[in-house]
Amino acid sequence: MQKVALVTGGMGGLGEAICIKFAALGYKVVATYSPSNSKAQEWLRSMNSMGYGFKAYPCDVVSFDSCKACVEQIVKELGPIDVLVNNAGITRDMTFKKMTKDDWDAVIHTNLDSVFNMTKQVVDGMVERNWGRIINISSVNGQKGAFGQTNYAAAKAGMHGFTKSLALEVAKKGVTVNTISPGYIGTKMVRAIPQEVLDSKILPQIPMSRLGKPEEVAGLVAYLSSQEAAFVNGANISINGGQHMY
Amino acid sequence: MTNRVALVTGAMGGLGTAICRAFAKDGYKVVAAYHPELDKPEEWLAEMRADGFNDFITVAADVSDYESSRAMVAEAEAKAGPIDILVNNAGITRDRFFPKMGRDMWDAVMSTNLNSVFNVTQQVSSKMAARGWGRIINISSVNGVKGQAGQTNYSAAKAGILGFTKALAQELVTKGVTVNAIAPGYISTKMVMAIRDDVRQGIIDGIPMKRFGKPEEIGALCSYLSSDLAGYMTGATLNINGGLHMY
Ligand SMILES: NC(=O)c1ccc[n+]([C@@H]2O[C@H](COP(=O)([O-])OP(=O)(O)OC[C@H]3O[C@@H](n4cnc5c(N)ncnc54)[C@H](O)[C@@H]3O)[C@@H](O)[C@H]2O)c1
Repeated sequence: MQKVALVTGGMGGLGEAICIKFAALGYKVVATYSPSNSKAQEWLRSMNSMGYGFKAYPCDVVSFDSCKACVEQIVKELGPIDVLVNNAGITRDMTFKKMTKDDWDAVIHTNLDSVFNMTKQVVDGMVERNWGRIINISSVNGQKGAFGQTNYAAAKAGMHGFTKSLALEVAKKGVTVNTISPGYIGTKMVRAIPQEVLDSKILPQIPMSRLGKPEEVAGLVAYLSSQEAAFVNGANISINGGQHMY
Repeated sequence: MTNRVALVTGAMGGLGTAICRAFAKDGYKVVAAYHPELDKPEEWLAEMRADGFNDFITVAADVSDYESSRAMVAEAEAKAGPIDILVNNAGITRDRFFPKMGRDMWDAVMSTNLNSVFNVTQQVSSKMAARGWGRIINISSVNGVKGQAGQTNYSAAKAGILGFTKALAQELVTKGVTVNAIAPGYISTKMVMAIRDDVRQGIIDGIPMKRFGKPEEIGALCSYLSSDLAGYMTGATLNINGGLHMY
């Protein structure tokens, strides 16, 4: 039976690569996007003109009710969700000294509360059906901290705490919950950084001296979603070109 | 890329067999390294052929011995060509509480589980770097990560593997060669299934997933790590333990 995979922030750099990989593997692919994203239909048309057959639904992951309504609609139209990738996220970088409560809240709401909001809608069904995959996209900076990211690092580290606890709760039920911690990946966002900053500040931190590719993260998501990855549970998998080993 | 050559140590054991099969399915040429006294290559090959795996190449070595490892890799290269993927999987246990552990038990585990990684990897790593592509996968253990009573030797050797993995990963990081470790939890190999029933049930009760892992699940992870798409992952420890230990 064709499995349904839902990717939040599915139209972003990583999200898109993950959607493409799922499509290649024969999943029914649903991308959710922020309701304020005015380019969503354009994205969907261009993807589907390449033959992907994606479905897209607006969903404000910060809002529990929006997540609830969105998932209900998806389940009604496409069937139950087998794989959830919590990928939506933002940054509001600045030193703690300058960081306002708003900057903190925005990041915690979007990156961490969203994981509660979305996972809550799907996990009971996965447990009932005895099969499910929840994959949380964290970050190397959640593992090691980063200057100017007290908010982001807190949210991303928090994600893995959630992963481990939920993994324990659903371990017997055929559902796995894992975290992926990517290093710097060459999405549009990162590639927009001026080359001299990349060369002088970022690449020197990466032993492999290159950015990761979105497809490389998608490959890992595909592995974790597979039947064969069923014994991987509560893990935090680093994919960072050697930037942080622990 | 189907012409790649994979060398697996401890290949005829529970995990090794599954890793060899996974690689064969990926289209790699597989060299199975076995221990000249501990393993039975003819029986193993016959079993593999019965399951449709006809192309395994075998070489023998005591991987705790440097010279034996060197000769084994040379033979593997002569038979199969340069090694692109190495899985350091050979390992033993000599469990005993520390006060009673003989120095010989410590040495046996160190030399088989940790020194072997030096012995075999040194034969292939520079050549991988020179060719610009390689995968080194070291099989550690959940007990190397979390410690386990009765296994000071095993936990030390398996944790040592993680240190080695991270250091070598850094040395090879710009050369297209990745070095990663897999830390399996309890996997249903013969060794684990031979544990007394009531004790085995006790272990299962302690695993959040309430089951052992399957050898094929380790094979699949090796297969993923060997793929081109895993090229950005290096120095990582991959935990596959049914939720037994999370950190
Ligand atoms: N089975 C598990 O649950 C489990 C869990 C965590 C880690 N591991 C690790 O996985 C690896 C494989 O374990 P397994 O369960 O398949 O065990 P196994 O006993 O079935 O296989 C081990 C193999 O290593 C070989 N070997 C031992 N000493 C050797 C030497 N000096 N030279 C060459 N070969 C030698 C043995 O002949 C055997 O074929 C080991 O490193 C083990 O520590 C296993």
